[in-house]
Amino acid sequence: MRIAIIDESASRAAVIHEGLAELEDCEIFVVTERRGLVARIGEIGPDIVLMDLGNPSRDVLEEYFAVSRALARPIAMFVDESDDESAAASIDAGVSSYVVDGLAAHRIRPILDLAVRRFNAFARLQSDLAEAKGKLAEREAVDRAKRILMDSRGFTEPQAYSELRKTAMNQGKRIADIAEAVITAHALMGGR
Amino acid sequence: MPSELSIGFLPLVDAALPILALEHGFAEEEGLSLRLVRDMSWATVLDRLLYGHTQAAHMVAPLAIATTLGRGRPAQPLAVPFVLGLNGNAITFRVGLAERLTEPGQLGDPTIAGQRLAAIVREGGPKLRFGVVHRYSSHNYMLRYWLAASGIRPDEDVEITTVAPPFCADALEAGEVDAICVGEPWNSVAVERGAGQIVLATAQVWRRGVEKVLTMRQSLIEERRDTAEALVRALIRAGRHFVDPANWEQNAAILARPAYIDGSPELIRRAISDRLLLRQGGELVHFPDFMFQYREAANFPWVSQAEWLYTQMVRWDGLTYSPEDAARAARVFRPDVYRSALLGTGEPLPGASSKVEGSLVQRTAVTAQQGAMVLESNRFFDGIAFDPADLSGYLARLP
Repeated sequence: MRIAIIDESASRAAVIHEGLAELEDCEIFVVTERRGLVARIGEIGPDIVLMDLGNPSRDVLEEYFAVSRALARPIAMFVDESDDESAAASIDAGVSSYVVDGLAAHRIRPILDLAVRRFNAFARLQSDLAEAKGKLAEREAVDRAKRILMDSRGFTEPQAYSELRKTAMNQGKRIADIAEAVITAHALMGGR
Repeated sequence: MPSELSIGFLPLVDAALPILALEHGFAEEEGLSLRLVRDMSWATVLDRLLYGHTQAAHMVAPLAIATTLGRGRPAQPLAVPFVLGLNGNAITFRVGLAERLTEPGQLGDPTIAGQRLAAIVREGGPKLRFGVVHRYSSHNYMLRYWLAASGIRPDEDVEITTVAPPFCADALEAGEVDAICVGEPWNSVAVERGAGQIVLATAQVWRRGVEKVLTMRQSLIEERRDTAEALVRALIRAGRHFVDPANWEQNAAILARPAYIDGSPELIRRAISDRLLLRQGGELVHFPDFMFQYREAANFPWVSQAEWLYTQMVRWDGLTYSPEDAARAARVFRPDVYRSALLGTGEPLPGASSKVEGSLVQRTAVTAQQGAMVLESNRFFDGIAFDPADLSGYLARLP
């Protein structure tokens, strides 16, 4: 079974690839380049194609499949219509799948389920990363705001933090937001 | 309690009405809490709609018909209660070829440019390649209409392939295609880069051609009829706002944002104001009604438009004509929803729900159920009119 993963995100493609590599009897191909996509798929001749929903080349790929079918080459078509639940799970996970006509359902299902799990896993990774980055940025903002208060108002570090915290509580805002406000105001008032 | 509604869209200028309905509070005033979902392919906009991620979508009109008829996906009936715009597309050629089709500094004449192109095709040489955004798009149908009427056989004498809008300029530049038919701002992007020259606006092929529609699953429009009607009212107000010159600059800035088109406000403003730069280093050309989002009840989903789209699908998609399919296609467009949404408002409502397309050569008053309706010329460039009363006759008459 030849499986092609089309994804402009090399990191996500790697996560999917890794997940699918454990399958027996499967050869995995990863395509991240937009240029020459159709030619590459033609070369690979996949049984299953997985493509992320956000990929701008989906229309190009579907057109290729439609034309190929018209030329009586059984390249690929959309997910089997009887498997609506599987298709819905795929869409939820952000992956579209195309399957060669005539491939047995019991062979397809495990691969698609695995792909969906990996796509979801990647999405969680990304979201965790974004959250961590966000927290780090907030920490850095609070540190900068403390520094500004210490320099301009002669506070000690604990005093500076206490000021930020009191202001946040009084205004019903988060410390990070108050910190951002201090930084912005400081810059606008001509601070460095 | 506001009614929540997610609307899928592609980053194009003619996604304007849902975007502005949200941004200017028109949706909110109609009791709707809108969320716009941005995607990069029509396939995904469609899939999100079909699987319930979104409840409505900005869509290329033919795709709503195709999906209802089961082309490219298992059949799912869609409904169109509102047309988001007519035309707004152009055909842009690589510069060397464009120069052979048109006089400098002007848009081409569709008849003359078509004849010249046909002569070039007959000269032989490598087959010309055209890029369109999707096989089920007005871009594809307008391009093919023009080519065929000029004596060029699409798919035989020339190749037509799919190119995603943001990559149209790249494709022209790299020589992957010789011409593109795409919506704004992508023609202008190609021109700015010196990759292409705009030869025709699709409005020159059909002066009032259906382009993008607002579509929902038919089951959902029945279930949430009130919400659909509220959306129609919000979109109408967005349309009125969009066409007012006083709002062009502000709206161009909104549409240019990364959350929407993520493009140049200048290029977008030009498109909104019907101004086109045809060629790098050239002068701006004013093409009235290049984009057409509101006047003359442009948003009314004429059943005849759906039927016209069906005839073109038969023509180009290997469908066998069947009156049953034609009827199913016709039912996609829902003037009844449009009417009940706007009855009692100040908006003009045509008396009929279907009309002969392309029969008007000059300004003509037409019967109105509400308000006054004067339509301007809506000709096809070859003068052939489409009478929905005789679909097979029309098909037989076309080249």
